[in-house]
Amino acid sequence: METSEQLLEFESKIAEGAKIEPKDWMPDRYRSQLIRMMSQHAHSEIVGMLPEGNWITRAPNLRRKMTLLAKVQDEAGHGLYIYSATETLGIERSELIDQLLEGKAKYSSIFNYPTLSWADIGVIGWLVDGAAIVNQTMLAKASYGPYSRAMIRICKEENFHKKQGFEIVTTLAAGTPEQKAMVQDAVNRWWWPSLMMFGPHDAESTNSSELMQWGVKRKSNDSLRQHFVNITVPQARAVDLTIPDPELEYNEETGDWKFGEIDWNEFYQVIKGNGPCNRERIAARRSAHDNGAWVREAARAYADKQLTRQTTS
Amino acid sequence: MSTESESPVWEVFLQPKSGKPHEHVGSVHAVDAEQALQNARDVYTRRGEGISIWVVQANNITASSPDDAGPLFDPGDDKIYRHPSFYTVPRGVRNV
Ligand SMILES: [Fe+2]
Ligand SMILES: [Fe+2]
Repeated sequence: METSEQLLEFESKIAEGAKIEPKDWMPDRYRSQLIRMMSQHAHSEIVGMLPEGNWITRAPNLRRKMTLLAKVQDEAGHGLYIYSATETLGIERSELIDQLLEGKAKYSSIFNYPTLSWADIGVIGWLVDGAAIVNQTMLAKASYGPYSRAMIRICKEENFHKKQGFEIVTTLAAGTPEQKAMVQDAVNRWWWPSLMMFGPHDAESTNSSELMQWGVKRKSNDSLRQHFVNITVPQARAVDLTIPDPELEYNEETGDWKFGEIDWNEFYQVIKGNGPCNRERIAARRSAHDNGAWVREAARAYADKQLTRQTTS
Repeated sequence: MSTESESPVWEVFLQPKSGKPHEHVGSVHAVDAEQALQNARDVYTRRGEGISIWVVQANNITASSPDDAGPLFDPGDDKIYRHPSFYTVPRGVRNV
């Protein structure tokens, strides 16, 4: 039951910048919106391992293989930090994972695109992790304590992800004409989906204003996207790569890079499940879950046996 | 979908370096304490974030409720004589 007094206290805490902790009173809607948003974020980290995992066995040398392995392992860790934080809202992890495996949960649509060449690994680190950093830096200030703390932990790890990606991009861009063409092709394919990562325009974003009002998000989708474009364009120029947007233009007055319109039809198609890899991703998660069942079962049987030994001896 | 029973939640506390207290960092699921320690190591210490881990099964923790914060902690508020600033010392006297 929500009383206006509780709501007032909750809102004034948020206004003061105090964090909301698991046992604090919160509106039902705040709880359910956080569960939705945080579990989608956790799923994104987990599904995000798949496109990059695709290249671990084919990394061009040992250094690249080690870093890619470590990067993908970090993403697993990120998923687990956020599942753990989501559980503090009173939902079981198994329920969240079932939602993902049953195809009921959303995750970032970027991970429904395929990784066609080695250059994609560089471009994902640079653009996809780069966009994620912009978003997560904001979420590190989120009003919900456990989410904010998980984000701080994640942000510390993300910089390596972006840098290793940009190092691959730099190397290929300065390589043979074939390598340069390969990395340009990857940029062409990943640029627009990366911009879509920030979500719909502010006017069309149904959840955004509520999340901002509650201090979960501190900046709008469009302003985060603009910031990402502003920091990324000079990076592309530095390694002589072209952003695939003929409308890209610097605005002296605002200091912003004006960019063209996103293909929103593509965005909504991918969200609806019709992206190039949606089915493949869920199938891969299901088989990983099913193939791990015997391990979980064995661990449980062992723990039970230890327990009976302890109690009978 | 899954009929598996979920393994219990363990809260994880990490000591970042010698001389520092253990601090709560998150939680893991595990069937027993040994697995909880291993999972906590894998999830929370990939970069030397800690030198010691405590894991405690979450249902063994008793926590105060935010609603009781008043009765629990307010009594400390009016005892300013517990702080050194409450006391006066003659001018010029040092290191008291
Ligand atoms: Fe991540
Ligand atoms: Fe990352």
